[in-house]
Amino acid sequence: MKNKLTPSQYAVLIAIMLTASVGDSLLSRGMGQVGQVDIHHLGLLWHALFNPFVDAGIVLLIGFFACYTAALSWADLTFVMPATAFGYVVIALLGRFWLHEQLSLSRWAGIGLIVCAVGFVAGGPSRTEHHELDQMDAGVGR
Amino acid sequence: MSSQTLHVWSAILFVAALAVAGEVLIAAGMRQLGDLDDIRAHSGIFGAIWAVLTNPKFVIGALCMAFNFFAMLFALSIADLSLAAPAIASITYIGNAIAAKIFLREKVDKRRWLATAFVALGVALLAR
Repeated sequence: MKNKLTPSQYAVLIAIMLTASVGDSLLSRGMGQVGQVDIHHLGLLWHALFNPFVDAGIVLLIGFFACYTAALSWADLTFVMPATAFGYVVIALLGRFWLHEQLSLSRWAGIGLIVCAVGFVAGGPSRTEHHELDQMDAGVGR
Repeated sequence: MSSQTLHVWSAILFVAALAVAGEVLIAAGMRQLGDLDDIRAHSGIFGAIWAVLTNPKFVIGALCMAFNFFAMLFALSIADLSLAAPAIASITYIGNAIAAKIFLREKVDKRRWLATAFVALGVALLAR
């Protein structure tokens, strides 16, 4: 198993933690301004494309998917997973410090658990190496 | 178990299964391709994007994720948000770890199982 990540790979993991959560928040804020979309008001979806919050949210979510895909090209799924879960922590902390919401004890406990999980995984190797399998796959896939 | 409960839990499990299938297929596709930085160094950013978008496992995985999005909307329409959102998130993380071990042959050691359990419990508390 490989352990060393380059600084740019750390940056990709941090981008995964931030882009999904901030993108979701922007999207929900934008859609809140656009109004409720149902089957009879699909035109509103077109309207939503002109909302700056919706646009910024879509750009961030595309960025998230690109970073997530890139990370899976050099790290295990079980290594990247806690980073995606960290998005929930970012949303909770944004609510606490930006929107001044009160966080219940159970939400603080959730934040603590996910932070610990990131710590456990970050201390270990990022990738399981199995050369013979990778070579077989590469031969078939390309 | 009432039929309503059964209905709700079937929907929750279905959505989680789609997410697991999507993520594992995308991970399998990316493992097959190898480090994207190397591909980009060799054939440029568009070469890397092309390599990803023409990988069958990636494409099927991405379709699963898209389908998961709509299945999630359906599940949330029949189940309580405060039950469905944390349940789907938790089950997806646990399912991912099990599927990664079985299908991707990842070495899920004690440290990663512990992280999976903590993440599953943590998102159950936060995803509402």
